[in-house]
Amino acid sequence: MKPIEPGTLIDGFEIGRCIHAGGMAHIYAVEHTPASDGSRRESEFPMVMKIPRMTAGDGAETIVSFEVEHTILPSLHGSHVPRFVAAGDLGRLPYLVMEYIEGQTLEHWLDRREALEPLDIARLGVAVARAVLSLHRQNVCHLDLKPANVLIRPKGEAVLLDFGLSCHAHYPDLLAEELRKAVGSPIWIAPEQVVGVRGDPRSDVFAIGVMLYQLATGETPFGEPATAAGMRQRLWMDPVPPRQRRPDLPEWLQEVILRCLEPEADQRYRSASLLAFDLSHIHQIAITERGRKRRGTGFAVHFKRWLRAAGKQYQPSPLPSRRIEEVPIVMVALPHQDASDATLYSLREAVARSLGIRPGARLACITVVSPSQSSSTDDEHSETTLTRQHITRMKQWAQGLDLSEHQASYHVLESGDVAEALLRYAEGNHVNMIIMGAATHGLHMQRFVTTVPIKVAMDAPCTVILVKQNLPFEVLSA
Amino acid sequence: MKWALLSDIHANIQALQACMAHATHQGIGRWAVLGDLVGYGGDPQPVLEQVMRWHADGACVLQGNHDAMAVTPPDSEDTLGAMTAAWTHQQLPPAERRWLAQLPLTQRVDHMLLMHASAHQPEQWRYVDNERSAQQCLDAARQVTPQVHVFVGHVHHQTLYYQGSGRGLMSFSPMPNVPVPLPRHRSWVATVGSVGQPRDGDPRAMYAVYDDTASRLTFHRVPYDHAAAAAAIRRAGLPERFAARLEQGR
Repeated sequence: MKPIEPGTLIDGFEIGRCIHAGGMAHIYAVEHTPASDGSRRESEFPMVMKIPRMTAGDGAETIVSFEVEHTILPSLHGSHVPRFVAAGDLGRLPYLVMEYIEGQTLEHWLDRREALEPLDIARLGVAVARAVLSLHRQNVCHLDLKPANVLIRPKGEAVLLDFGLSCHAHYPDLLAEELRKAVGSPIWIAPEQVVGVRGDPRSDVFAIGVMLYQLATGETPFGEPATAAGMRQRLWMDPVPPRQRRPDLPEWLQEVILRCLEPEADQRYRSASLLAFDLSHIHQIAITERGRKRRGTGFAVHFKRWLRAAGKQYQPSPLPSRRIEEVPIVMVALPHQDASDATLYSLREAVARSLGIRPGARLACITVVSPSQSSSTDDEHSETTLTRQHITRMKQWAQGLDLSEHQASYHVLESGDVAEALLRYAEGNHVNMIIMGAATHGLHMQRFVTTVPIKVAMDAPCTVILVKQNLPFEVLSA
Repeated sequence: MKWALLSDIHANIQALQACMAHATHQGIGRWAVLGDLVGYGGDPQPVLEQVMRWHADGACVLQGNHDAMAVTPPDSEDTLGAMTAAWTHQQLPPAERRWLAQLPLTQRVDHMLLMHASAHQPEQWRYVDNERSAQQCLDAARQVTPQVHVFVGHVHHQTLYYQGSGRGLMSFSPMPNVPVPLPRHRSWVATVGSVGQPRDGDPRAMYAVYDDTASRLTFHRVPYDHAAAAAAIRRAGLPERFAARLEQGR
C-alpha cells in the first residue's frame, strides 16, 4: 500500500504525518475529522492509525497477524498497552486507531554507546516484567517481545506494542496450525515456540531474558539464526555467560538473565511476577552456579542435551492468569515486638500450609519498624545494625519451614504506619496473599480503633489470611 | 442484532426456561432453535408450546433427528431413543406432530447457515464432532455461500471450528461468557451445545448468543433446576438413565 497523503479522511479520522514506515505497517498521527462548522472533537489523548502494508504480494502471515492484533488489542486494558480507539473492517479497509504513547523503545538503550549500569538494567527489567505480568493477567501471551515492541514512558513504566503474534487464551488462535511451526522473531523466540507451542507465558519470560542479555552485554545470546535448525539450537544450548562478555557484571544479574534463558520453561521464572520480584530485591537473589560461572557450557553436556532435545515433547501451555496464581508470592508480616511464641508458631504453621500446596511459591517475610527506633549516631541502634538484627530474627523464625521448593526473602520496612507499609509493599510487588497475625497486630482492639489487620484486609489488593494463635502451648501449660 | 441459538432441548422445559430468561436479559432480537426439541425428556408438550410461540413470532426453527423420530417412531423399540420416540409420539396432539413434520432441515439467513446436524447430507444427521467432520460440513455449506457462519447442534458439546494458518480446520474450546470475535471475512462452524441434555460433566444448560452487528459469539452455561427435570422423566416412567444423566451432566 502506498503512503497516504496527510489530510486524507478515513472513517472520521484525519491522517497526519507518517510516524513510522515499518516492514509490516505504516503508522500515522491522526485526529478526529472536523465537523461541518470546523470544530473538532478533542481526543482525550493523542492517537495514531496503524495501516498494514497489504498488497497482493504479501504473505498470508502479514494479513493474519494484523487480524490477530485487530482481535486482541480491543480486549486489552491497563496502562501497559496503548488504549484502543477504533478498527476498520478487515474486508474493506483494515486499520487500527490507538493511543499514541510518548516514550522510547528499548532499542534506544541498545543503541547507546556507553554500557548500561546493572541497576539501570534491573529497573528496565522490572518495568518490562510488570507490563508482561499485566498482559498475562488478561490471559494474553505477547510472544513477540523484542526491543522494538517495548516502549518506556518518560516516568519509567513499560508499554507493550504490536500484538500481531500474540495468543489470547480465550480466543481461537488464528496462527495455530496442525503441523506446528515456529512463529516469532528469531533472536527472541523461546525454545517451545520454535517447535510450535504457542501460549506459554514463560515464552515471554524467555524473551525478556534475551532483552536483558542484550542490555547487559550488547550482544544477542543465540545470534540471529536464519534457519529453523539455527533456531532449534536454543533447545539445548546455554548462551555464553554474560560475565564472560562483560566481567564487571554482578553475579545477581547473570543469575536472573540465565534463569530467564533456561531451555526448559519449568526451569525459568515461573511467572513474570517472580522475575519482577527478584529484580526489585537484588540483594535477596540467591546466587547459584548459574550466576557465578564465567565460562560457557562444555561440549559433552551440550551434546547430551542435543540428543534429548531431538525427541522432545512439549506439554500444552497452562492458562496464563492461572499460572500466576499457581506460583504466588506469599507475604507474611512478622511482628517484631510483643509477639508470643504461640503467635509466631501459628504464623509459621499458616505459612507452611499455604506454601505446602504450591510448589514454586515465593515467600517474602516482612517486618515493619518505626523510623524512631533507629538512630544514626548510636552504633547499637544504627539503621544497618537494626535491620541486620531483624533479618536474623526472621531467618530464625523461618528455619522451621521446609523451603526446599521455595525461594524466601526477608525485608525490613521503616514506617510509622504499619498497615500502610504492608499494603504498599503488597501492591508494589504484586503479592498474591498476605498472612498476618490477628492478635499481634491488635485485632482485639478493633472495638475501639481500626486496627492494622482490618485496615490491611479492607484495602489489600489480594487475599489476606488473619492467623489466630492456636497452639499446643496453652494446653501444655494448663 | 443478537441471536439466541438454542439446540437439543430434548423436552426439558426447566432448562429451556432458564436459558430463555438468561437470553432475554441479554437483549435478544431473534430466536433460533436448531432441532431436537423433543426426545429423552419428560415435558415435550410444554417445550413445543414455547417454541411454537417463538416460531409464530418469526423464530427460525429447524428439525432434528429426534423430532423426525417423534413424528414417525421406528417400528422396533430396540434403542432407548426409539422407545422415548414412541412415548413422545403418544404425548403430542396431531397438530403438534404435523408442525414438527413440516420443519425445514436447514435455513440460511444472510451469511448464517442454521441446521441441526452437518451441512454435509443433512438428512443423514451426521455429527460435527471433530476437525474433519467440521471441514466436511463447511465444504458443503460453502456451496451455499462462500463466507459462511455455520451454527449446528446434535453433538451436545460447545466447540468452535475455525481456519488456522494451516490447511485444515482447527477446534477451539470456548470459555463460557467470554465473547469471541467472529470476523465476517472468515468462515466458522460452531456447535452451540445442548440446552436440555449436557454431556460434558457439567449439568448446566448450554446455548449461545451471536451478535451479528458486533460479529461476536458468546457461549453460555446456565444453571437450572435439573432435579425437577429429572423428576419429570421419572414421573413419566421413562428410563432412569435419562434422569440420572441430567443430574451428572453426562
